Amino acid sequence: MKKSLGAVAVAAVMALSLSACGGGSSSSAESSKGGEINYWLWDANQLPAYQQCADDFTKANPDISVKITQRGWDDYWSTLTNGFVGGTAPDVFTNHLGRYGELAENKQLLAIDDAVKKDNIDLSQYNEGLADLWVGQDGKRYGLPKDWDTIGLFYNEAMLASGGVTEEQMKNLTWNPQDGGTYEQVIAHLSVDKNGKRGDEAGFDKNNVAVYGLGLNGGGDSSGQTEWSYLTNTTGWSHTDKNPWGTHYNYDDPKFQESMDWFAGLVEKGYMPKLETTVGASMADTFAAGKSAINAHGSWMTGQYTGYQGIDVGIAPTPVGPEGKRASMFNGLADSIWAGTKKKDASIKWVEYLASADCQDVVASKAVVFPALKASSDKAAAAFAAKNVDVSAFTEHVKNKSTFLYPITDNTAKVKGIMEPAMDAVVSGKAPASSLTQANEQVNALFK
Amino acid sequence: MTTLAKNARSAPPQTGAPKPRGGYRRIGDLKIALFFIAPAMIGFIFFYVVPTIRGVYLSFTEYNILGDPTWVGMDNYTAIAKDPLFWNSLAVTGQYVLINIVLQTALALGLALLMHQVAKSTLIRGALLLPYLMSNVIAALLWFWMLDYQIGVVNQFIEWAGLPRVAFFGSEEWAIPTQAVINTWRHMGYTALLIFAGLQAIPGNIYEVAKLDGASAFQTFRKITIPLLRPVLVLVLVVTVIGSFQVFDTVAVTTQGGPVNATRVIQYYIYQRAFTESDFGYGSAIAVILFLILALVAFIQMKFLKGNESDLD
Repeated sequence: MKKSLGAVAVAAVMALSLSACGGGSSSSAESSKGGEINYWLWDANQLPAYQQCADDFTKANPDISVKITQRGWDDYWSTLTNGFVGGTAPDVFTNHLGRYGELAENKQLLAIDDAVKKDNIDLSQYNEGLADLWVGQDGKRYGLPKDWDTIGLFYNEAMLASGGVTEEQMKNLTWNPQDGGTYEQVIAHLSVDKNGKRGDEAGFDKNNVAVYGLGLNGGGDSSGQTEWSYLTNTTGWSHTDKNPWGTHYNYDDPKFQESMDWFAGLVEKGYMPKLETTVGASMADTFAAGKSAINAHGSWMTGQYTGYQGIDVGIAPTPVGPEGKRASMFNGLADSIWAGTKKKDASIKWVEYLASADCQDVVASKAVVFPALKASSDKAAAAFAAKNVDVSAFTEHVKNKSTFLYPITDNTAKVKGIMEPAMDAVVSGKAPASSLTQANEQVNALFK
Repeated sequence: MTTLAKNARSAPPQTGAPKPRGGYRRIGDLKIALFFIAPAMIGFIFFYVVPTIRGVYLSFTEYNILGDPTWVGMDNYTAIAKDPLFWNSLAVTGQYVLINIVLQTALALGLALLMHQVAKSTLIRGALLLPYLMSNVIAALLWFWMLDYQIGVVNQFIEWAGLPRVAFFGSEEWAIPTQAVINTWRHMGYTALLIFAGLQAIPGNIYEVAKLDGASAFQTFRKITIPLLRPVLVLVLVVTVIGSFQVFDTVAVTTQGGPVNATRVIQYYIYQRAFTESDFGYGSAIAVILFLILALVAFIQMKFLKGNESDLD
């Protein structure tokens, strides 16, 4: 309860330490070759793979050791910011597309163009587009890609079987914002009320639904990464005027608003849970509890969905949209170097190693995420297959070039701050999608 | 009652400041006084005065913590005046404070009376404090899970009772009342303890006289207990209202401002602007406004409820 003064005090102490330490860290920017590098990441599932990479790296470079620190996503960015200010940030850290623009602009990231040129790193060996994501607005490179993710439909095999929906049908779903295509038909058919009536039968009680055809994760805020972007972006709509570094958002486009009205309509029809019921238990856990038949989610969730006991899960590609193509957001992480590092050369070496086949093959073998290198991605798919998980729904997007990039712009945190409540209002049925026009004006005012 | 009355009689309550014996003190005491005050003073200056002044300074700047603050004058304040989310956060916080304080004070007063006159077992009195021993975050998460729409035990009971499930944290109507009640649950034992201490300070002979005069239990409560308890009640109100305005952790670990803007309380909005959106100048400006509001609220309470005077003299 007594946070006010505390928060002010923290900010002030941080500010004081800024003035106290600022000079020290910048003046001693001489680069030594060896020593210990600090490396941060947020995903605990990936820690074992990267620990092995670090051990292998030290074996090859005995004068450099790597200390890995894993912090949960919630603390990661604030701790990192404190580190930048206080001069204790890690030399190398896992970076996110939604954050690095601001960090680069504030001169916290080391541009690595010279090193990439000098060490002849072939940027075409990465999956298409991933390397370009990490070139900032100033044209400089601030990271080397490490992994990627796309969206797919996780489904409960038993529920599909009892509804008579085949795997073949799931692979060939179509969607449009007017009647929802075969995607809506399947979702309706898989929705079952308390009396056992299906969503496409007469007398379906939409107020007493036992199983929803489609699970809901949330309103999706500015990106709708797993919630709606795999649908809205099949209509030819895109989040921004250009990507990366767009300066105009398009939430006022009638095409987009039509899609969002359709999406929110699923709740009204009783095919998708109400937004208010999704606060709390995670969408994946609700799926495991048998409350939804299909969940659209990211490839990084594969381990969790296929790991639930007593439930058989299949993965289908996202539906084909009105323009005859599928769509999936393509998000990628990279490793960046802090501008204030005192071990520049060693840090560059470590980043290049993380982006090399030596390390990415290790990551692939753990079957947790898809590494950025094309060759390593295939190895990861094979590692998933060895666990009896077919991940072609995710890799297909990359092979068929049906991906679009995570919207990279300035002010991403502020855009999210505006769009989160606006999207919640639409998905919960409190406001029509046309209300997004006003939110869009607020968003675009940030870029003036 | 009798034992307490005896206690009360043998140790008369120390209300009102003791009258100073001399008119002035020698200046030589100042050095020693400063020496003893120094530890508290240093902490106060470094952890309260300096941050507050710097916070006020930052409220007139644009500052994203990584760069240098740039002076923008009143820009933050004029922007706040036009910011619908700021006014929304005031309304939401007001709603929270109202529910929380009314419920908490009423329940705590009731509990204190019970502790004073019925529940004399230390065990029971101690048990009332148990929720307070839990951290705010744990209490919030505990209830977050128990009240969950899908898998919460409370909703299971509601369904067994034949009623529709309630989205305690998910619906805009329920989110703030739910959190206000959770924090009432956590704090009422502690508040009751403060009031209970105040009750014990009321001399028993006053009650005996009232009884002799034939006053009913309700009359005694209204005419004796409440007036004599007033200084303690005012103190409790000032402290709990300030605490209530600063609700943050419950929101931060559960709804994070949502659904839509239903729980975007003022402290959470400050946090969002400063730490999430790196707008420390704007966040500081809202913090300064909150500081002024709280100072005003405390002043009004002290002034009009005459919290610094006692009727016992």
